[in-house]
Amino acid sequence: MSALQDFWRWRRRDTVLAIGALTLVALFPLAISNPLDAKLDFAIYAVAYSIFALGLNIVVGFAGLLDLGYVAFYAIGAYSVGWFASDHFAYINHGKGIHIGVSGLASTLAGIHFNFLLLVVAAMIIAAVLGTLIGLPTLRLRGDYIAIVTLAFGEIIGTIAFNGDSIKAGRYTLTEGPTAISPVDQPQIPGFSQLDSATSLRGYFWLGLAMAIIVLIVNRSLRDSRLGRAWIAVREDEVAAASMGVPLVRTKLLAYAVGAALGGAAGAFLGSYTNSISSDQFVFSFSIFILAAVILGGLGSIWGVVLGAVVLAFIERYFIPDVLDKINIQNKIGLHFAFADLGFGIFGFLLVIMMILRPEGLFPERRRKIELTESATADESLYEVRA
Amino acid sequence: MALLELDDVHTFYGNIEALKGISLEVDEGEIVTLIGSNGAGKSTTLRSISGLTPPRQGSIRFRGQEIGETPPQDIVRLGISQSPEGRRVFPRMSVRDNLELGAYLRRDARLEEDLDRVYELFPRLQERQRQKAGTMSGGEQQMLAIGRALMAQPKLLLLDEPGMGLAPILVERIYETIARINQQGTTILLVEQNANYALDVSSRGYVLETGTVALSDRSEALRENPDVQRAYLGT
Repeated sequence: MSALQDFWRWRRRDTVLAIGALTLVALFPLAISNPLDAKLDFAIYAVAYSIFALGLNIVVGFAGLLDLGYVAFYAIGAYSVGWFASDHFAYINHGKGIHIGVSGLASTLAGIHFNFLLLVVAAMIIAAVLGTLIGLPTLRLRGDYIAIVTLAFGEIIGTIAFNGDSIKAGRYTLTEGPTAISPVDQPQIPGFSQLDSATSLRGYFWLGLAMAIIVLIVNRSLRDSRLGRAWIAVREDEVAAASMGVPLVRTKLLAYAVGAALGGAAGAFLGSYTNSISSDQFVFSFSIFILAAVILGGLGSIWGVVLGAVVLAFIERYFIPDVLDKINIQNKIGLHFAFADLGFGIFGFLLVIMMILRPEGLFPERRRKIELTESATADESLYEVRA
Repeated sequence: MALLELDDVHTFYGNIEALKGISLEVDEGEIVTLIGSNGAGKSTTLRSISGLTPPRQGSIRFRGQEIGETPPQDIVRLGISQSPEGRRVFPRMSVRDNLELGAYLRRDARLEEDLDRVYELFPRLQERQRQKAGTMSGGEQQMLAIGRALMAQPKLLLLDEPGMGLAPILVERIYETIARINQQGTTILLVEQNANYALDVSSRGYVLETGTVALSDRSEALRENPDVQRAYLGT
């Protein structure tokens, strides 16, 4: 409720701009005649990456805790779909399956089949618990050392996903490893018709957009809340924050938990859309990709990280495969390679360019901008001591 | 009963014993000062009281309640707040945001009154309330650090080297204000390397040497003590 109130408390100009922009975005699929167009696929990834980036932004941007293992929460979210919306547990309930909130085809299949909304909730809870667990060992650490622990956590989850086909309990395996759990149920949202990616991608886009908007509002009200101020205080100076009575443990763990929960929600959405949950998806480079979106857009800036996610999704899902590789300029000059294989080279190049031209990000948070543009003053040395 | 009592407090940084059995008392309404050279354990004593570096041994009682293992936020809630060494204002936040963070744990609606009180003590802060704290001078940052600590409505205010790195005229001004804060009813425990000012404003003092209390007396007596004069007053 308070999220909604905060939303309405926005200054009017911002509200009009935001609603206008979001309406245009929501109408975007109608402007594309082919409901299976690659542009829609890009747009779906763009909203999914936006949710990931908004979640990671809480941990890295607000609370200043570098997290290199965010892919773990993508995995948790996606496997929630794999476990609870497929025939993965085929023999459960004597092969008749368990069905909650699903109708049509899904309600006739073996295995566990939860409604998509329940999946999202489950994914968020599991991710938040794991996020808190990863937060615990990092509490005594600072800066780069936190990054190393989170990196290891991402790798551990990825490795468990990869080897999950030999982790068995009775007749069930934990995951299918690199062979995917597939197919998974396509989302059914109460009041809307069954989504079906074989006939139209529009519904997926609108579902993702709705989730992204909710996450955006939540993010904004969190930032302006007491907790948000505590996060920023911890980011600025942990010792001073503790002296003011900011409870460091709770504040940091909440950042991890909320960030993880949003990652879990995004993972559930993307898992449903890709319709197959395989361990190949959960690799370190995904963590870097989302972190790059956050940095590209502007650490701590809500609209900035959305923009960063959209730009990177555009490059990854549309510009490289559907523009660069279709022009195929490299073939014409006698070289044989695909730009798609150079994705990370291209992102890296972009980040380097950004660091030179606009180190504060495309759309920086005001405070962060000051941080990066102010010249070395005498007060700066005071701050360096801590780092 | 004293407001604050430390009894045989031992505090460690890893394996290094920084406080080797400190005992001291602060009574309600007093200004008490800890003097001593670098590494004597002055700041560690304050950090032990505020819970940032909890003691490994011994007891710290505030109004009779043991707080040696209480987490920092609960200590602030009980009524002890600190202006930390090196000021540590939040440099990218405005002066006003800094002050509001000082009242982080309070949920009452009297924030404005307290802001006014801080602005009355430090008019400069009111002029600069929208300025980023990191862009202010050292003296202004010190005012902000003290003001921020006051926003928690402490019964006991811990001040760690409020005169550090400031021009003598500013140090004097800060100390005048410290005396006023005390007159308004806040008990103060003060750490200072520059013993002159500290002994001027305080009623009693403790001299710390390598983690122990070497000497304690009324401030006037400490000023007269030849050892203290030689070691800390530079006369």
